[in-house]
Amino acid sequence: MSQSKMHSEPAVYVYEAPVRIWHWINALAITVLCVTGYFIGVPLPTMPGEANDHFLMGYIRFAHFASGYILAVGFLFRLYWVFAGNHHARQLFLPPFFTREFWKGVLHELRWYAFIEKEPHKYVGHNPLAVMAMHIVMVWGLLFMIITGFALYGEGIGMGSWQYEWFSGWVIELFGQSQDVHTWHRLCTWLVICFVIMHVYLAIREDIVSRQSMISTMISGWRMFRDDSKAKDDADHGGSIMTTFVGSLMSSFRSGRSRTKADDIR
Amino acid sequence: MTETFYEVMRRQGITRRSFLKYCSLTAAALGLGPSFAPKIAHAMETKPRIPVLWLHGMECTCCSESFIRSAHPLAKDVILSMVSLDYDDTLMAAAGHQAEAIITETIEKYDGNYILAVEGNPSYNQEGMSCIIAGKPFHEQLTHVAKHCKIIISWGSCASYGCVQAASPNPTGATPVHKVIHDKPIIKVPGCPPIAEVMTAVIAYMVTFERLPELDRQGRPKMFYSQRIHDKCYRRPHFDAGQFVESWDDEAARKGYCLYKVGCKGPTTYNACSTIRWNEGTSFPIQAGHGCIGCSEDGFWDKGSWYARLTDIKQFGIESNADKVGGTAAAVVGAATAAHMAATAINRASKKENSV
Repeated sequence: MSQSKMHSEPAVYVYEAPVRIWHWINALAITVLCVTGYFIGVPLPTMPGEANDHFLMGYIRFAHFASGYILAVGFLFRLYWVFAGNHHARQLFLPPFFTREFWKGVLHELRWYAFIEKEPHKYVGHNPLAVMAMHIVMVWGLLFMIITGFALYGEGIGMGSWQYEWFSGWVIELFGQSQDVHTWHRLCTWLVICFVIMHVYLAIREDIVSRQSMISTMISGWRMFRDDSKAKDDADHGGSIMTTFVGSLMSSFRSGRSRTKADDIR
Repeated sequence: MTETFYEVMRRQGITRRSFLKYCSLTAAALGLGPSFAPKIAHAMETKPRIPVLWLHGMECTCCSESFIRSAHPLAKDVILSMVSLDYDDTLMAAAGHQAEAIITETIEKYDGNYILAVEGNPSYNQEGMSCIIAGKPFHEQLTHVAKHCKIIISWGSCASYGCVQAASPNPTGATPVHKVIHDKPIIKVPGCPPIAEVMTAVIAYMVTFERLPELDRQGRPKMFYSQRIHDKCYRRPHFDAGQFVESWDDEAARKGYCLYKVGCKGPTTYNACSTIRWNEGTSFPIQAGHGCIGCSEDGFWDKGSWYARLTDIKQFGIESNADKVGGTAAAVVGAATAAHMAATAINRASKKENSV
């Protein structure tokens, strides 16, 4: 398992290439989407001259729509990888919300960030608080943005297009009118921005003060550790490839339970 | 026997030539193509007029005002003659008990075969006292007449969505028709008021084909409400170029740039104003230099200023919107992050000192 740097710095291969590529493409797409989205709602100062000399708003909207497509396709691929990838690829999508161990972990992380705990826990994958935040924002938040985004996009493409038929019709009906969809799409943008601020800060912070590598892990896929004590989530996860939803759900429950064994070994 | 539309028109001195011209025009307005003009003509020559009961609840009569100003001169005559407008208390000569008797008579004679057109909406608070027709709350008349009708037309934003009287806090309990009547097909023709030609064309379609036109998910006829004002706006090139009116009466306003930044609701409003326009195709709000206020959309009174793109979010206080709420959240998160960063640095420094 560990490609053994031997002695005190063991390493574990955590994030497979598709997960890492998804992460960075997502990061880029979200950056473009946030900036262009902001300027679609609150456009830049007026361009002087003739209308046919400019296409600024058109380009901004194109960048937004193109990045939106990339984000959506990436999300679909990532959903597939939940089943095809290793168990770390499932963590974000199937969090063990129904285990006590998970919530104890969340509490510990909160205490660690509040400077109450002296020592952080060590995790091969994400820590429980990160799993929760990422699950909410990067799974449900992105899903919400993709659905409302396509709903708004479908309005421009028009009735009869698949975007309109699949998204616009029922979404606009659900929210009441198009204007409300715009408002919620924009509110959720700010949620994503808040997440990004915390995510970037905490990744850098944990890289410096915690017991495992963060940034280099998302580039190389390998998690390095500062000491060789046992990680909180370094437990048996069953088969490496689970192809069914139930299978992976089971495994997330099982891993949640088996973690209790490793509870005191820190 | 009831006269056919054609007979009525001829009796009114309309020539056959004019009649056929009207049929082609209607076919074109409905987007049906030239082959449908004879069908419309045939329907008008053979079909008896459908009785219409036009009820008025809480409303301002702007729908009626719009309707009688239909651009094509024939349209208003023809449509008003096409249907047998048995009851319409703002237009009819009869009044009082005489007028109310007509409703009873029509229901008896044409049970299940007349069109109910509703302008305005019923009130449900204070036992419906905000709208009394013939001594009774309007909602009683509405449910009674609706029970025996074939189909219902909800004229305007009042009947379709509630409009101004249903705006927060809705003191009279104004309720749109589709939330009161559940067992009849309802066609919504929203707008405050709806465009005259849209109103007449909807009736022409139903009379000709004896069925509802194709409706969208919200029950609006697709032929007029399938595109946004923005999609066919003549100022759209300025939007794409990024040329906006920044404030009223600035240079951009004089040049006729896009009104998006001064709150035009064209991009979120489904209606045909930018194609059919108003008053015989003369103009429409954006052409007159004012942004669309979204009058044909659900709850347009409650979305905050007509001069701002971002909707007010009342839950977060007066005059708050997505950017203010989200921007504040991001600023708080940013500040908290910076503070946490400082605390982490101090914490680490003190730890290092201790270990040394």
